[in-house]
Amino acid sequence: MSLLTPDLGLLFWMLLSFLLVFGALAKFGFPIITGMVDKRRAHITESLLEADKARLRIESVEEDARKIMDEASKRSSEMLSSAVAESQRIVESARERAEADAAARMEAAKSQIAIEKEKALGEMRTTVALLSVEVAEKILHSKLEDGAENNSLVNRLIDEVEANGQSR
Amino acid sequence: MRRLLLQILLLIGVLLGGAPSGVWAQEVSTESGEVAPQFGEESAEAKEKLDVVGLIFDHINDSYSWHIATIDGHHVEIPLLCIVRSEEGRWYAFSSARVSHGHSYEGFYVAPEGEKWEGKLVALGSNGEVYRPLDLSFTKNAAGLMINSLLLVAIILGVARWYRRRNYDVHAVPRGFVGAVEMLTMSIEDDIIRPSVGKDYKRYSPYLLTAFYFIFVNNLMGLVPAFPGGANTTGNIAVTLIMALATMFAVNVFGNKEYWKEILWPDVPVWMKFPIPLMPVIELFGVISKPFALTVRLFANILAGHTVILALTCLVFISVSMGTTMNIVMTIFSVLLSVFMLVLEILVAYIQAYVFTMLSSVFVGLSRKEHHAAHKTKK
Repeated sequence: MSLLTPDLGLLFWMLLSFLLVFGALAKFGFPIITGMVDKRRAHITESLLEADKARLRIESVEEDARKIMDEASKRSSEMLSSAVAESQRIVESARERAEADAAARMEAAKSQIAIEKEKALGEMRTTVALLSVEVAEKILHSKLEDGAENNSLVNRLIDEVEANGQSR
Repeated sequence: MRRLLLQILLLIGVLLGGAPSGVWAQEVSTESGEVAPQFGEESAEAKEKLDVVGLIFDHINDSYSWHIATIDGHHVEIPLLCIVRSEEGRWYAFSSARVSHGHSYEGFYVAPEGEKWEGKLVALGSNGEVYRPLDLSFTKNAAGLMINSLLLVAIILGVARWYRRRNYDVHAVPRGFVGAVEMLTMSIEDDIIRPSVGKDYKRYSPYLLTAFYFIFVNNLMGLVPAFPGGANTTGNIAVTLIMALATMFAVNVFGNKEYWKEILWPDVPVWMKFPIPLMPVIELFGVISKPFALTVRLFANILAGHTVILALTCLVFISVSMGTTMNIVMTIFSVLLSVFMLVLEILVAYIQAYVFTMLSSVFVGLSRKEHHAAHKTKK
């Protein structure tokens, strides 16, 4: 039964060696290993969190950038459309002005023409009157002996002249 | 209680497991004794074969010197230190070579086979009777423990040094051997210690890890057949007893109030604990049976493994007398089975270290139990 009876000497040596091993490993061995692994784990967790945070930040920055881009493109298209409208407006107003101008000029020209015509008519009437007077004088000089006939001729001429003048 | 029963069963199993090989060896040798004249062998040779059981026990038992081999009747062995205290209180220290093979030194000699204290150092007392002196000899197992301890300390401190050399940089991730040790350590801490011990597992983890590695290295070194290994350390009850007592020390000394309350005044009807302290007695019995369970489980498992491997190896020598054909067949059988058993024992070396650590962790966890209010209200 020596298998089942612990030997005192071996108990002593076992206690000694186990205590020495325990002392050495519990102080300088395992705490360092487990501590390092814990430290590494904490570092990895922290890094993951930081990566998450960074990712979120990048996402928000991208979102911002996209917003800014959207805004800019909206603004530019707005500006473009407003510029087109403006240009159209300018063109329209220019055209209107040109039309008005042209109309005014036309009007002025017409009135000028009318005035000129009046003037020309006046001059012509004067000339005609003078001419007719001269003609009359000549006729009078030549055919004043036949009174009655002459009178009727003169009257007819005057009437014609007057009729001409009135018809205008 | 159930655990104790299991232990007794296990013990019986081991003894039975050891017995058949012995019985068988004897049967074979008597058979060879009958056959011997037919082959014209000497009866002395037949007698030598009888010693298979002795060979196995020589290995699994402790001894004063470290026997390596016997070549042509010459023993190659490393003498170790014998330290004894005589009846008069005098201490003696001498080489084991002085008391080997029947020699005696200063009245001390190794008790021969069949006598009381067989294989141990004894001396003749003043009253003429043989007595056993106080024996603190540095035996084979003690030497084996020292070698294994040095190896273990070298390995673990070497791994710790790896980190120190890199200034504890978190970016340095070990590979190879250091990585493997780190992985094993963390698997024990994460899978056993943390879930079993609970909140303040950091306080116990150095001890539990030391226990795991101590058992694991000793188990593995026990499987190495030649000199630095081969000492049956964890298959010796003294070694496992110290380990179990260390765990019990950790459990009972650092146990909290709740733990002692559950032992001395458990949550049971008062009649079960008041005039006759029925439950406290059962609980106290549990306190004692726990280290016993730890001691015997480890010791019995490793001892059984060593015994089976040795018996299988001995098959080769036993079957010599059974004819050449039988011997060849048995040799092949023996080698195949031995390889299988050795591989199995490597697994067992890990499993037993694992189980010891796990049970220790569970016991420690029970001694650090928090008062659970929710559980109580359910009752």
